[in-house]
Amino acid sequence: MPATRRSEFLIGMKDTFPLILGAIPFGIIFGALAINAGLSPAATMGMSLFVFAGSAQFIGAGLVGQGASLGVIVLTTFVVNLRHVLYSASLGPYMKRLSQVWLLPLAFWLTDETYAVVIRHYQREDDSPYKHWYYFGSSISMYVNWNLCTLIGILAGQRLEGLATLGLDFAMVVTFIGILVPLLVSRPMLLSALVAGVVGVLANGLPNKLGLMLAAVCGIAAGMLAEALTRQPPSEAIPLKQAAKQEMP
Amino acid sequence: MNEALLVLGMALVTFLIRYPMLAIVGRLQLPDWLIRALRYVPVAVLTAIIMPIMLLPNGELDLRPSNAFLVGGIAAGIIAWRTKNLLLTIVLGMAIFLLWRALIGG
Repeated sequence: MPATRRSEFLIGMKDTFPLILGAIPFGIIFGALAINAGLSPAATMGMSLFVFAGSAQFIGAGLVGQGASLGVIVLTTFVVNLRHVLYSASLGPYMKRLSQVWLLPLAFWLTDETYAVVIRHYQREDDSPYKHWYYFGSSISMYVNWNLCTLIGILAGQRLEGLATLGLDFAMVVTFIGILVPLLVSRPMLLSALVAGVVGVLANGLPNKLGLMLAAVCGIAAGMLAEALTRQPPSEAIPLKQAAKQEMP
Repeated sequence: MNEALLVLGMALVTFLIRYPMLAIVGRLQLPDWLIRALRYVPVAVLTAIIMPIMLLPNGELDLRPSNAFLVGGIAAGIIAWRTKNLLLTIVLGMAIFLLWRALIGG
């Protein structure tokens, strides 16, 4: 059955569903923590509506609580979100034919979760012309969910103070592991992950998540080096048709 | 602090990171090495995010069995590897993490 706008949109939502589950505790905790940090309900909601970047919002709210200046918070937001440069550069080649009407909202809605789901979809070999509808379905469901959860967190306010220590922060780890592991199918990919992980741990002390960027760059370099040495590009190591069968639930 | 300015500033820098590459890259002829490099982005970034959380849950290296982040993470990795099912990995991984933390961890 050929893909339609509607089918792409719905599959995008469906593939993103598990990630939405993982994001629910974060949205609620963010709303509650931001209120406790001294942000007004309007500013808390405004962050989720207009910034829409989970980890940057957490750090921003935390910095507000510590009395940091506006400039420091905005600069920190910039650094924490730098990884999105890599995401958008990686998706960019598939956005060639899209007009600004699509590009502007899709760029705004780019998150870790949507990137992870959408890039797999774009890398499949089928030539559906409506893959941007898949991106739309994935990102709009993340966006609506994030804002609803923020609202719940704001309303619940202080009663949820203990939530973060209940271990729901593990939800992100387990979500990313579920995305990551099926991608590790070639030696260069494995090496890339190994190096990124080791550097990430060693550089963890660097401020503002700079260690994350350093680790990502080292991991990418290691993968490319291994690829050059073994002449086993990931595109050959992952038969695309096989990857397409490993549909997300 | 002016909260409206704060939200505006954060929104602006975040968008200015997300938008330009998405809009430009597809319209440029990228060098081959860069296209190859971009394939490693998901693997490298995701690993760089989760490994410090698993190994340094309290800011210090913790390889003890009482580290539920490590045990839960390894369990989730095995589940993901065997089943390739994201939802199952999340649900079972969370369950194992919470159980391990309640029974063994601090």
